[in-house]
Amino acid sequence: MAAQTPDPAPEGEPQERHGWKWALNAPALAVLILAASGPLIIVAVYSFLSPGNMGGVAWDFSLDGWFKVFWTRDIFDPENVSWNWGNLTVFWRTVWLSIQTTVICAVLGFPTAWFIATRPPHRRALWLFLITIPFWTNLLIRTFAIQELIRGTGLLNTVMMGLGIVNEPVQMLYSDFAILLGMAYVFLPLMVLPLYAAMDKLDFRLVEAGYDLYASRFRVLWHVILPLVKPGFVAGSILVFIPSIGAYVTPRVLGGGRTMMLGNLIGLQFGQGRNWPLGAALSMLLLIIVMIALIAYLRTVNRDDGGRRG
Amino acid sequence: MNKTLVSALALIVASASTASADGVLNIYNWGNYTSPELIEKFTADTGIEVTITDFDSNETALARVRQGGHGFDIVVPTHSYVQAWISEGLLAPLDPEIVTDRGNIAPQWVDVDFDPGREYTVPWQWGTTGIAVNTSVYTGDINSADIIFNPPEELVGRINVIPEMSDVLAIAVYAVGGDDVCTTNMDTWRAVRDMLEAAKPSWLSLDYGTIDNYTAGDILAGVYWNGATMRARLQNADVAYGYPATGYPVWMDNAAVLADAQNSENAMIFINYILQPENAAMLSNFARYGNGVAGSEEFMDADMRDAPEIVIPEALVSAGHFNVPCSQEIQDVRTQIWTELLQ
Amino acid sequence: MAKSFSVRRLPGFGAIALATFVMLYLPIVVLVVFSFNAGSSQSQWEGFSLQWYAAAFANQQVQEVSIRSLWLAAVAAGVATALAVPAALGTTRVSRFPGQTMIYALINQPLMVPEIVTGIALLIVVAWLKVHTGYTGMGYLVLAHTAFCIPFAYLPIRARLETLDATLESAASDLYASPFQAFRFITLPLLVPGIAAGFMLSFVISLDTVVITEFVKSAGQDTLPTYMLGQLRRIITPEMNAIATLFLALSLIFVTAFFLITRKRG
Repeated sequence: MAAQTPDPAPEGEPQERHGWKWALNAPALAVLILAASGPLIIVAVYSFLSPGNMGGVAWDFSLDGWFKVFWTRDIFDPENVSWNWGNLTVFWRTVWLSIQTTVICAVLGFPTAWFIATRPPHRRALWLFLITIPFWTNLLIRTFAIQELIRGTGLLNTVMMGLGIVNEPVQMLYSDFAILLGMAYVFLPLMVLPLYAAMDKLDFRLVEAGYDLYASRFRVLWHVILPLVKPGFVAGSILVFIPSIGAYVTPRVLGGGRTMMLGNLIGLQFGQGRNWPLGAALSMLLLIIVMIALIAYLRTVNRDDGGRRG
Repeated sequence: MNKTLVSALALIVASASTASADGVLNIYNWGNYTSPELIEKFTADTGIEVTITDFDSNETALARVRQGGHGFDIVVPTHSYVQAWISEGLLAPLDPEIVTDRGNIAPQWVDVDFDPGREYTVPWQWGTTGIAVNTSVYTGDINSADIIFNPPEELVGRINVIPEMSDVLAIAVYAVGGDDVCTTNMDTWRAVRDMLEAAKPSWLSLDYGTIDNYTAGDILAGVYWNGATMRARLQNADVAYGYPATGYPVWMDNAAVLADAQNSENAMIFINYILQPENAAMLSNFARYGNGVAGSEEFMDADMRDAPEIVIPEALVSAGHFNVPCSQEIQDVRTQIWTELLQ
Repeated sequence: MAKSFSVRRLPGFGAIALATFVMLYLPIVVLVVFSFNAGSSQSQWEGFSLQWYAAAFANQQVQEVSIRSLWLAAVAAGVATALAVPAALGTTRVSRFPGQTMIYALINQPLMVPEIVTGIALLIVVAWLKVHTGYTGMGYLVLAHTAFCIPFAYLPIRARLETLDATLESAASDLYASPFQAFRFITLPLLVPGIAAGFMLSFVISLDTVVITEFVKSAGQDTLPTYMLGQLRRIITPEMNAIATLFLALSLIFVTAFFLITRKRG
């Protein structure tokens, strides 16, 4: 891997090249700072204010939002402060479900991307389109379609009962299973497409060389193919994991409101809970955790790479 | 980019020269809540072109309009939010020169707490939040909150509760013997929390649910709206609507003109338009809820006029109460109970 | 080695891929079937009917929001991809430089917070701009969607670049090609699969973006997702299935057109 793409030797004035790199990134960064990262400063500020009447904020400094993220006062005994296990449980559940979603997407996505990448070249685009076509329907309608499929009197249960696999309907809807199924469904193309983009250019001579050295299929997969398509995995797992953490619609519709994820908890604070500072504090905490995870992940990945790229 | 600038300038010029009455009206309303037939008729009668934009919650609508720059003329908030809209100066007082038919509002809806004398708002639709239950399985009293909070064996695991904090907490407060949804009596809240926590394991979901779920029998009982329950009953006659005798919430969505409306005259014309019984009935026939305009009944679809979901039984009328907004302190308690329930 | 041995074959992969495609299309098939239902149920078949298509075609609002969604997705995905290509080049085809990790984090930032948070933040900024500039057009939605789509366009392009052989560009430079020529004639053609993947992802992501749109939109700027969100508490009829089916049909038309064009060129 390390030998595959050597850095182009830096030529010319280092200063000049430096400006060039920034210039390439500047347009994208300008849009992002204007319409994504910049406005988040407002959210950061809000997390230190007091809740306003019926939502919004009052411009009084307060740490209450941050306090409530971690600790809770017993409603019936305000002197009694304890860890906010409710919030912490939601945090943990969110991370755990997101990890599982990423793994499921990788397990299903890798063979699928491989399948597409090994079709004859003129057919590949067709298969690629087939992955994205379901996503032309809207997220809500797609999620409702899954709900229809797995509910008590839905198609899946009807078929399973018809075939005699089960005697009575299996309660699949409104469970962690339903959320996982829905998220894997929604995020699968985010894994398949980057993986495919990496595999499409795979040098099969290297794979062949592996077999020539009498490696088993598993060893070739593990030691030759996986390292070669690693950039696709990295991109795919970031694209799946991070949006899973912030998922809102899928857990709301398929979880039936019984099990909350972080996106729902934050949404609740900005909505019916009418506590924007708490919602803002939860959002900032989420952002910080994801940032740290992302940087740590990239560091690890790049260290294996010989630390060539950032 | 240049085009953007030009159109920006054009808009500034346009908005500076003519303030209103150029024949358009922008309505900001709940999705699928505005009768298209009524809008067509309105445009035919007045020549005013109407654009409808949807919101999905009172919180979103309020947050959006508060920040300004929205371009809406009319908004339709729920009663418990109206005070917030008025006190922040977001609504314009109704113009008595144009809105001449406030006398059409049914007497019980005129002197309401959230807008005494109807200075700012007129009724759009009203309804109740009660209990939908499948009577082929459940044969007991349908007017009981126990169906949800202390369900009989046959309903356990087949109950859906809509995720509307204020509605669910109201039914719960009344069920434990409270009479004020913003009570400062902590014993009441403790009882509410304990009851909800104990009941949750017997619920299937806290979801908006679909009418299908009731008609197909996936859900046998639940906290539901009257209009939605009526739609379910029309497809499955076993579905009945109960009014918890201990108390249940009544709600009303109200149309109002925004203080910074660019077409406020047209908006006033529309407000007066929906006060005509025939037009109010069109709203009801589409959304399937009552409307609060006297004399509209005779224009309503026959299946609505005497529907048990719309005509509240005499003995249970007094059990219905409007939800009121609570102080921040009590709101915190309510949110915490609700959040713990959902977690 | 035997002739039949293919280095491209991995046991079980075909089966998993097939299962994945079945899983992807099962809900879609159900959705399409029930768009032709005579009744208003999404689960009980009551006979064939086109009434929900008639309803969708008679519903002017549905048509407006659908067209607006497609237009917005095409523009936002196009702009996002156009911005992501130089950004991907500027973070992979160069030696390490200070601030690189920060740029990477910035580019991926829209992924890191739930939509509701970006939505609230944008609500305040955009409303301020609307009040102070007087411009309330679609530009804000384009900007918001573009920003949200950039990471989805960037990551596949970057993944593609990382597997490309940089020596080709070095060779071009050695042959006195300008950096632009090297990019235009060497890198860009090789980059096409990554760009296509990035554009397609951005397009479908924009089609799904709902909460941000809800907070940014002005009067008359509903998209299909916000139109549907508004109905979440009301009833969802097979009319929605009919619209979704029409979107699927449209995507198939695009796919077919794409193949006819590329076949001619090939």
